[in-house]
Amino acid sequence: MGRETPKQQQVSYTVEQLVAVNPYNPDILPDLENYVNEQVSSQTYSLDANLCLLRLYQFEPERMSTQIVARILVKALMAMPAPDFSLCLFLIPERVQMEEQFKTLIVLSHYLETGRFRQFWDEAAKSRHIVEAVPGFEQAIQTYAIHVLSLTYQKIPRPVLAEAINIEGLSLDKFLEHQAANSGWILEKGHGRGQLIVLPRNEFNHPELKKSAADTVPLEHITRIFPILG
Amino acid sequence: MAANYDYEEAPGTYDDANRQDLGYDPNFVPDSVKSFVVHLYRHIREKNVYEIHQMYEISFQTLSDRLFKDTPWPSVDAVAHYVDNDQVFCLLYREMWFRHLYARLSPTLKQRIDSWDNYCSLFQVVLHRVVNMQLPNQWLWDMVDEFVYQFQSFCQYRAKMKNKTEQEIALLRQFDQAWNVYGVLNYLQAFVEKSNIIQILEQEKEGGEQFTATDGYDYSGGSNVLKVLGYFSMVGLLRVHCLLGDYQTGLKCLLPIDISQQGVYTSVIGSHIATIYHYGFANLMMRRYVEAIREFNKILLYIYKTKQYHQKSPQYEQILKKNEQMYALLAICLSLCPQAKLVDETVNSQLREKYGEKMARMQRYDDEAFAIYDELFSYACPKFITPSAPSFEEPLVNYNQDAYRLQLKLFLYEVKQQQLLSGVRTFLKVYSTISLGKLANYMEVDESTLRSILFTYKHKTHAVDSDGKIISNADLDFYIDDDMIHVVESKPVKRYGDYFLRQIVKLEGVITDMDRIKLE
Repeated sequence: MGRETPKQQQVSYTVEQLVAVNPYNPDILPDLENYVNEQVSSQTYSLDANLCLLRLYQFEPERMSTQIVARILVKALMAMPAPDFSLCLFLIPERVQMEEQFKTLIVLSHYLETGRFRQFWDEAAKSRHIVEAVPGFEQAIQTYAIHVLSLTYQKIPRPVLAEAINIEGLSLDKFLEHQAANSGWILEKGHGRGQLIVLPRNEFNHPELKKSAADTVPLEHITRIFPILG
Repeated sequence: MAANYDYEEAPGTYDDANRQDLGYDPNFVPDSVKSFVVHLYRHIREKNVYEIHQMYEISFQTLSDRLFKDTPWPSVDAVAHYVDNDQVFCLLYREMWFRHLYARLSPTLKQRIDSWDNYCSLFQVVLHRVVNMQLPNQWLWDMVDEFVYQFQSFCQYRAKMKNKTEQEIALLRQFDQAWNVYGVLNYLQAFVEKSNIIQILEQEKEGGEQFTATDGYDYSGGSNVLKVLGYFSMVGLLRVHCLLGDYQTGLKCLLPIDISQQGVYTSVIGSHIATIYHYGFANLMMRRYVEAIREFNKILLYIYKTKQYHQKSPQYEQILKKNEQMYALLAICLSLCPQAKLVDETVNSQLREKYGEKMARMQRYDDEAFAIYDELFSYACPKFITPSAPSFEEPLVNYNQDAYRLQLKLFLYEVKQQQLLSGVRTFLKVYSTISLGKLANYMEVDESTLRSILFTYKHKTHAVDSDGKIISNADLDFYIDDDMIHVVESKPVKRYGDYFLRQIVKLEGVITDMDRIKLE
């Protein structure tokens, strides 16, 4: 879910500084636009910088580049489960959101928000021009899908997994081997129904691991009765 | 004095200036006003914060009620010679003058522009000159609060282009820098930076600085003005970003202030409420419902216990209004994220009284439910603005509702996505285990749809917090093993500890009372 990755290039370091120190400045708009393109090509991401740019577009709508906005939204989608996509939408005027490419992105977001993975991959296939423009898109969504599956399943049937991450057949076999070797996945034989994949244990799919919401009483409350006890 | 946030303002027409001049002589200075400015000027020069506060909070109010119910105070030119024509005092006087105008009357466009100029002059002085004053926190908060309010008011006013007169359009074109969003944000940012407040708060944690301990006041002969304005500007920035719909950045601006503790922000009730209201609202829009519920609960309890002490204050109405709005927001949060145990008994009973029925209907997620979500959101939300300059091309339109409509639309969109969750929750409450097939049958959907619903449930109830961690806020949870759903209910833990503490305190109170009777 990497939100901000370490800066390697000099340009991005300067932009991050600009956003931190002088964000309400129309002159940095071109730098921020370049930074979006850089995030796309180098597979990095900065929500704060992108929000800063969307704000500037809000202040001066005639300078808005819908292409840049679309790229920001795709990057935000890739940040799921973080709510970045809606945070960006809050700053984009309604009439812009009515344009075709944005309507498509909103539909894609909707499918992901409501766990409709099959519909998502179908729609994404129809909109290759939008999503292929951003490298790493497929992997990011697959990561999100696995995240949701890990919240939900202890043991997941292979077809359900395949549909969620849009990988089948031999590619899926390879993928599963890799996950088993590196991420602690265990492959089991389901009863007659094919493969079952045992996902790593966490507090969400194994409630017994949840730290008990103990009946703790905060210290400040106890101090109330110190005078009485004393 | 916090200004009236009512959305509907009479449009500032060109005639207002004439109407206000009629029966009102801006150069007439009643004796009480002369006395007021002379004393206030002296107290400011002598850095007598207590007296300044009394005059600012009480005398100004009293005189306004008695003499200036529906006219402005005397012009600054008329009083200047009573105060040595002191530039800074005149700027402060004008700031109060405009605040009074906005609260009691309707400012004209020219007056709005003049008020902007006054803020610019006043802020330039504080930022670039050594200001040797100590002003009460109430006043410094009101300055920031009013500054943001007038900005919001101007954006609303400017966005109603339809009935603007030619003179107004000419003025808007001419003074296009007045209340421009860059200026507003940069002033607030400048206060934060120039005051070094973020570093001061950091150093305070390590014991290197004194700020909170002295309520922001400077007891070593310096001035508190820049520091405290810098501090309150962080709340101002949170507020402006909420008005723009940028919740993430708004919360970031507030980060240096630790709201789990008392601080300078709690030293003024208006600031305390504004901070938590916007903090809670931003968290609500970012789907961090648990955080919003926690903070709303705390402040609503605080207001419940302390509002009696503010009955005489000019902020009282505003406190009550924000109180009601936060109950509405709390009702929304709890309907989207049932977490009854996070709410204090007192707050809960108030909530039931005000919104019990509506909350029941909201959780049905039908058309009526959406209407109620719409109603509560619209009632309680900030007055969102469109910050860009208007188009002067025909046809002139009103676009003052655009920003609000967008936020509302996106909010309801999120509510809609959670529509199916209420249904699945009802079923999960009844079963400890159930197969996907069976549950799909009961819910009259196919298995694939049921899986999507369950994924949605998991995704929506596991929010991402500010550190990027996943936090579950599900009161009812489950996991799936192949095709079997296992339900896990986190039982509401009986708060024995709390109960005993309360009883101990109560008993002690009874014993004390009985002792008192014996003595009599």
